[in-house]
Amino acid sequence: MRRFKEFIIEKIILLSGFACILFVILIFFFLAKDGLALFKFSSPWNFLFGTLWSPLSEPPQIGILPLFLGSLIVTIGAAVISVPLGMACAIFIAEIAPKWMREILKAGVELLAAIPSIVIGFIGMTMLSPIVKHIFHLPTGLTALTGSIALAFMAIPTMVSIMEDSISSVPRIYKEGSLALGATHWQTIYRVIIPAASSGIVAAIMLGIGRVIGETMAVMMLTGNASVMPHTILAPVRTMTATIAAEMGETVRGSEHYFALFAIGLVLFGITFLINFLADMARHRKNK
Amino acid sequence: MKKITAISGIVLMVLSPCAGVSYAKESNNLIQIKGSDTIVNLSQAWAEEFMKEHPEASLAVTGGGSGTGIAALINGTTDIANASRPIKKKEIDDAQKAGYYPEEFKVAVDALAVIVNPANPVKELTIDQLSGIFTGKITNWNEVGGNNEKILVLSRERNSGTHMYFLENVVRKGHEKGPEEYAPSVLMMPSSEAIINETSQSTSAIGYDGLGYVTPEVKTIAVAKTKEGPFVQPSKETATNHTYPVWRYLYMYTGFKPQGVTKAFIDFALSEKGQKIVEAMGFVSLPKKE
Repeated sequence: MRRFKEFIIEKIILLSGFACILFVILIFFFLAKDGLALFKFSSPWNFLFGTLWSPLSEPPQIGILPLFLGSLIVTIGAAVISVPLGMACAIFIAEIAPKWMREILKAGVELLAAIPSIVIGFIGMTMLSPIVKHIFHLPTGLTALTGSIALAFMAIPTMVSIMEDSISSVPRIYKEGSLALGATHWQTIYRVIIPAASSGIVAAIMLGIGRVIGETMAVMMLTGNASVMPHTILAPVRTMTATIAAEMGETVRGSEHYFALFAIGLVLFGITFLINFLADMARHRKNK
Repeated sequence: MKKITAISGIVLMVLSPCAGVSYAKESNNLIQIKGSDTIVNLSQAWAEEFMKEHPEASLAVTGGGSGTGIAALINGTTDIANASRPIKKKEIDDAQKAGYYPEEFKVAVDALAVIVNPANPVKELTIDQLSGIFTGKITNWNEVGGNNEKILVLSRERNSGTHMYFLENVVRKGHEKGPEEYAPSVLMMPSSEAIINETSQSTSAIGYDGLGYVTPEVKTIAVAKTKEGPFVQPSKETATNHTYPVWRYLYMYTGFKPQGVTKAFIDFALSEKGQKIVEAMGFVSLPKKE
């Protein structure tokens, strides 16, 4: 009887494991079914490289290049801000901070991760955007930069906790060996510990970026959502995620516009899949 | 045995979301109202008053946009769809294919105010000038009698019925399928409040919002159909007598001829008491039938 029970439990766990994969596949097919239907109306080339996003015109103009570049510029901005900050924070927590401070800092970083994105968007809209507007003398504070700063704060917790893990797991003997050879603490950190933890650091950066690309609410509130081809980080941009979120509500089901939004979803799915894949590769390289 | 357990587990998992949806249709006293974000607060106010008078009824109001509401009506997951634009031909066709015959009710009037920063000297604009500004043909305030300053154009997002209404009636000057389109440089704001917030902060901004949302932090512009005028400030009076050109009806749609609680609710919304709530929520009541 006990064996029988164990057998059932085992199978249920197995099933749960497969369920995750099944859901991913189902989501993919669902996206693909409606996303690919777009290409009955428009060619993939026009969709990916068209520079005008104006889905309500007659005929609809469906080119996602401005949206793609919008997502890209916000993401790069966020990465430029969050990678150095996150890395410095992780090194400090793992290597320099005394034990009592380490616990406080770790809890603080985790708390940052728990702030809902809409709250960050709200704070950004009322506090950050007027500051950006005044510093750069812009007509509006709703720019790609504003979005980047807010997103950087959302990426930092992911980055810090994974980086900190990988830095802490560098074998103690590396550090001791380096110090014994007369290297200073700083030399040891950047010549020995960071290279040894590099695969984990790369994975952390990738996962942080994955989080930024998929973020919707905060960018929708902060980037101004003008679907222009971005020339500077100080102008409003429209991201792919914000476009889906903003336009899904009003689109006519089964229209070209509706399928176009699914096709954007498909593009996003592809990008995050690629990033996660790269992060995984980076992480596994370490084990060899 | 073990297989049955596993299979029934899967079946349960798959069925449970459907069960939640069909539940709403079975109970006659629970009605779902879904759609336009413009009307969501108004519907909520109606629903609360209505439930006070009819304690046996229970109404669930959600937003999401006019398109979402009508799509839900076609899917059979809502009893009433709120819309801030009339239903489209394609949507009627889809509804009929799904076995519904949408009935339309005009439930209120909404005037759209064109707003600028109080520091902006411009007081009045024609529909032509507004169309020029929103399509990007006019880019500096000095072209319409203001300061030498680049215009920052703000619009509602494409998920908003207000966006569509303004597009068809102002940007395209009343030609529903006209060639004009919002310029790509127009900022799409996710909410009415965001437009007010940005306009109050930026001296070069222009935007539009439902009259009910306008606060003293922004200035409304008098609008005229032609440059001969008359230029009219938006208000409840000018919207009711239609001298202010930028106004529209707000709608409710049902899948069939309304019955029971649904009918009682729509009758309530159209009653004198219901229309008082319309006024209290910052919209304009329907003109009295002659």
